[in-house]
Amino acid sequence: MKLITAVVKPHRLDEIKEALQAFGVHGLTVTEASGYGRQRGHTEVYRGAEYTVDLVPKIRIEVLAEDDDAEQLIDVIVKAARTGKIGDGKVWSLPVETAVRVRTGERGPDAL
Amino acid sequence: MAPAIMLAADAPKLSSANTGFMLICSALVMLMTPGLAFFYGGMVRVKSTLNMLMMSFISLGIVTILWVLYGFSMAFGTDHGSIVGWTSDFVGFGGIGKEDLWPGYTIPVFVFAVFQLMFAIITPALISGALADRVKFSAWSLFLILWVTVVYFPVAHWVWGTGGWAFDLGVIDFAGGTAVHINAGAAALGVILVIGKRVGFKRDPMRPHSLPLVMLGAGLLWFGWFGFNAGSWLGNDDGVGPLMFVNTQIATAAAMLAWLVYEKIRHGAFTTLGAASGAVAGLVAITPSGGAVSPLGAIAVGVIAGVLCAMAVGLKYKFGFDDSLDVVGVHMVGGIAGSLLIGFFASGKGQSDVEGLFYGGGLDQFWKQCAGVFAVLGYSLVASAVLAFLLDKTIGMRVPEDEEVSGIDQAQHAETAYDFSGTGGGLVGSAAPALAAESKKVDA
Repeated sequence: MKLITAVVKPHRLDEIKEALQAFGVHGLTVTEASGYGRQRGHTEVYRGAEYTVDLVPKIRIEVLAEDDDAEQLIDVIVKAARTGKIGDGKVWSLPVETAVRVRTGERGPDAL
Repeated sequence: MAPAIMLAADAPKLSSANTGFMLICSALVMLMTPGLAFFYGGMVRVKSTLNMLMMSFISLGIVTILWVLYGFSMAFGTDHGSIVGWTSDFVGFGGIGKEDLWPGYTIPVFVFAVFQLMFAIITPALISGALADRVKFSAWSLFLILWVTVVYFPVAHWVWGTGGWAFDLGVIDFAGGTAVHINAGAAALGVILVIGKRVGFKRDPMRPHSLPLVMLGAGLLWFGWFGFNAGSWLGNDDGVGPLMFVNTQIATAAAMLAWLVYEKIRHGAFTTLGAASGAVAGLVAITPSGGAVSPLGAIAVGVIAGVLCAMAVGLKYKFGFDDSLDVVGVHMVGGIAGSLLIGFFASGKGQSDVEGLFYGGGLDQFWKQCAGVFAVLGYSLVASAVLAFLLDKTIGMRVPEDEEVSGIDQAQHAETAYDFSGTGGGLVGSAAPALAAESKKVDA
């Protein structure tokens, strides 16, 4: 199994969710995040005083996938998240040792 | 109204219209203090929002009681040496009959006293904006008591009390440019020179935490200011109240636009904080001058004040004094601008026949305005610094550094302004309802 993590622009969330549902993903976790990459932050002005805001709001999406699906799933997310402008974010995956469905106690791929 | 006015010129009788008008104006001016609280409260960081609100609200409590006990007597009692008033009948409002009229006017003494009370409440509250994040609430409360007693009550007497020296000299201050705004701005400067900067001033970003609150506060101030300015007419027979009302709207609009244009050119954006600040700068500047200038003059006063104040708010970074929310930059500078511009723009057709330089009156009035401005500025600056110094050496003005850094709301008021934990994490934009729907589907 793999854990796929995507940190992307907040307004792409709906598209990504729809794409994942169409692919057959049954569940995911979303958290608000903030950070910066090459986009860096932006400048705000208050009564003439300029403040640099480094961290910009992002959405972090986490999905568990079977090994065979992982690469394809990453492509689905990347395609749905892309706007072509700087700050689109990153997607990566990590190996997962085990997963358990809390209600039934099912383990491994059955728990997905 | 004509017969009432003719009677008023003779021996004033009670006017129901004027009394009703002044009671409404008093309530409008009362609303300015909560408005100010929100104007300031939105400008501080989340961790000191409540303290900022409370610094204004406590003035509604403390100053009201002091005003009844002795403040009204000191400000508007019989003159003693052109410096301070005192009439023992006014102490505790004890000797005021409910039908007694304020001498020379058509409104009861009670109405005059409660209208002036609202001015005494908001003036010290104005100072609080310079002291954000760092002053012990107990020390602020004591400072309030001392400051209105030593500074506000006497200065109000100088400017508005019969026999006060500035009043007798002919200094024009219709609604409080010197007594309220220069007074509060200079006091703010005096106090911050004693207590020093916030931790992290110029190093940490100190962004306003809620500009919508700032806009709400500015709106309430603008609304209440009609009572403040037009009400200062007091319903007397010169009929200048409506002119003041109109000029208040005109100068405020002009100053808001001027500030916005200035910052668009200088900093590249039209900001909401600029709109709110410009409006307040215009309100401040028209306060002393609105009874003396023409509507076109009010546009000039507003534009000049808007640009001057927009330039002045940057000075604190140059000189390194932490006027946190620009009380000096907006109220002192705006008050000075409005007071001195009377010397140029007084049309001779308002509250008096005095004409300014641009209306052929020479510089006489300008020098009188200078005398009023700099006397109040100097006295308030020095007296306020001395009071802050005494309090700092005895009970201490500032909270400990760790309380200031972790947040004065929790340390001084045992509360926090916002609960961020109970909202389910609140996702950005439309994501939250979509996710909620999703989880329901999964449950089913």
